[in-house]
Amino acid sequence: MAILIDRNARVLVQGITGRQGGFHAKLMMDYGTDVVGGVTPGKGGEWFEGAPVFDTMRMAVETTNADVSLVTVPARFAADAIMEAADAGIALVICLTEHIPVSDMMRVLAVCRGRGTRLIGPNCPGVMTPGQAKVGIIPAMVATPGNVGVVSKSGTLTYEVGFAMKNHGIGISTIVGIGGDPVIGTTFVDVLEMFENDPETEKVALLGEIGGSAEIAAASYIKNTMTKPVAAFIAGLSAPPGKRMGHAGAIVDGGEGSAEEKILALEAAGARVAANPEEIPSLLA
Amino acid sequence: MNLHEYQSKFLFAEYGIPIPQGKVATNPEEAYAIAKELGGVIVVKAQVHVGGRGKAGGVKVARGADEARIHAEHIIGMDIKGLTVERVLVDPGADIRQEIYLAVTNDRAAGMPLIMASMEGGMDIEELNRERPDAIIREHIDPIMGLQNYQMTFLASAMGMPRAHWRSFASILDGLYRCYRKSDAELAEINPLVITGEGELLAIDGKVIIDDNALFRQPALTKQRDTSGEPSSERQAREAGITYIKLEGQIGCMVNGAGLAMTTMDMTKLYGDADGIGPANFLDIGGGASPEQVAAALRIILSDDNVKCVLFNIFGGITRCDEVAHGILTAYNEVNPDVPMVIRLQGTNAAEGSKIISEAQIPNITSADTLTEAAQQAVAAVKEQG
Repeated sequence: MAILIDRNARVLVQGITGRQGGFHAKLMMDYGTDVVGGVTPGKGGEWFEGAPVFDTMRMAVETTNADVSLVTVPARFAADAIMEAADAGIALVICLTEHIPVSDMMRVLAVCRGRGTRLIGPNCPGVMTPGQAKVGIIPAMVATPGNVGVVSKSGTLTYEVGFAMKNHGIGISTIVGIGGDPVIGTTFVDVLEMFENDPETEKVALLGEIGGSAEIAAASYIKNTMTKPVAAFIAGLSAPPGKRMGHAGAIVDGGEGSAEEKILALEAAGARVAANPEEIPSLLA
Repeated sequence: MNLHEYQSKFLFAEYGIPIPQGKVATNPEEAYAIAKELGGVIVVKAQVHVGGRGKAGGVKVARGADEARIHAEHIIGMDIKGLTVERVLVDPGADIRQEIYLAVTNDRAAGMPLIMASMEGGMDIEELNRERPDAIIREHIDPIMGLQNYQMTFLASAMGMPRAHWRSFASILDGLYRCYRKSDAELAEINPLVITGEGELLAIDGKVIIDDNALFRQPALTKQRDTSGEPSSERQAREAGITYIKLEGQIGCMVNGAGLAMTTMDMTKLYGDADGIGPANFLDIGGGASPEQVAAALRIILSDDNVKCVLFNIFGGITRCDEVAHGILTAYNEVNPDVPMVIRLQGTNAAEGSKIISEAQIPNITSADTLTEAAQQAVAAVKEQG
């Protein structure tokens, strides 16, 4: 039993008839993920690669008994899609969509908390339990099954580190991309806690970046609670303050959220921090 | 997107927040006319997107219209931290008895709006937070419930607001929260909110930052964007759908994904810093990396004269490296850069991609297997040029 998703996950794709949604739904199916259906308002009754398409999440969940949903719809519809999934009783919603307004996300988060729905993302690459299932866009080739848990704010940096680990013969229990937005559903601490309690995870790799204080909170969790070793990399040492580095959340503001302070906090907590992400495999060996 | 002080205050006024009845001038004559109409003591304030304008001499008090014109002459056209002042706000002076800080902002860790209020306004909030954090009263707002009366009472009471002003304070707070919500603001700040000698509350200075991701539903605010402080290369990139930030180093970086783009910058600094070498830019080309996109990004990177080498770092996940390699070669032939390029392709079809690059046999292109190698090669290429 891996964290968040395993081969038993029953997955719906919201936006399955869209170009991105369809492309990645197919790759998820090819990987072995049980994609039980999809939702596109106005396209109910159609089929996608043998999976039924529904108009609403409520109908989709009633028919398929899905427990996970992947949101791939455009930013201006994404808040509605997440709330629809939460309202339909989905336990885990993973949202890939980027550029969702923060004010929408704050409302969505309150709704998810009220419904007991876990949200991952938005603006994240998703979750993959190698050899079992993937929900999102993480390429199959970047990981093999193993016992290192990976949690990250970034997409391609995660692929980079996963691939380096694979080349060093290190396998992964689950990869969780939490996303680089200012307001996200699941934090580093949430995922560290899951890995700490997961019998299939022995070590953890944490990939953070400038902006916000989530890595500082992670450091204090590592220090106070975590028994499993953690290797980390923090991106953005060369980023100047006051400039937003692509991700909506990646900005050093008012002296807070710098890479230096995060690296110091993680080191003080006993994590091994790499100066170069290609050193992560050796820190995990 | 940042609003200027005058834009912020005029926005506040739409939500019933009392502001000084000033106007904007773009030349000294206009400033004179506004000051004359207002009468009395006048404040002339530079409207520019940088902090510390007061210390830089961008805010002056005038005793009449003639003096306001002289100040405006001095301030308009002035350079503040590299930005030219194009307009001033001409405000009536106020009889200030007390300065208050009041703001609504996004608390990203809590995922909720946060109100911060303090009777010690006027100074920089970050400084106040460092020195006397207890002087700031904080209250989270449930985004579904909205701001409630009892919360306004709590804030007024806990911050020590004199009871005589509670009613007008609540009205201003309510307006500020509505302004924040309706404008999709990341920050709506009044600093200072003052109590005047007449016992009125007045928003003397204001700052509003709008969430860029919400601009699609904020047409009126989008029109107020002032791009004069933005480097032209960043504006071109924004219009081409590429995220580009100009930095001070010599190695132009072209990367897919924001986290990996920052990491690539960091690696050039890690291996180059001892020789004063570092990243010339942040650039996220996004997914796909089509020849058109690569060419556009390459042109933007090369528009910076400091660039002495271009480093490509592409991790092909869904994107195939052989397609990216073709894209890079097409862009190369179109843009014809005269600086060396280091290309590192990894992930899906990486070997095919690297083969395409090496078979093209372009003298000033080298390829690298790992990010470490790529960064070291780029640093060496800059060093060779002295």
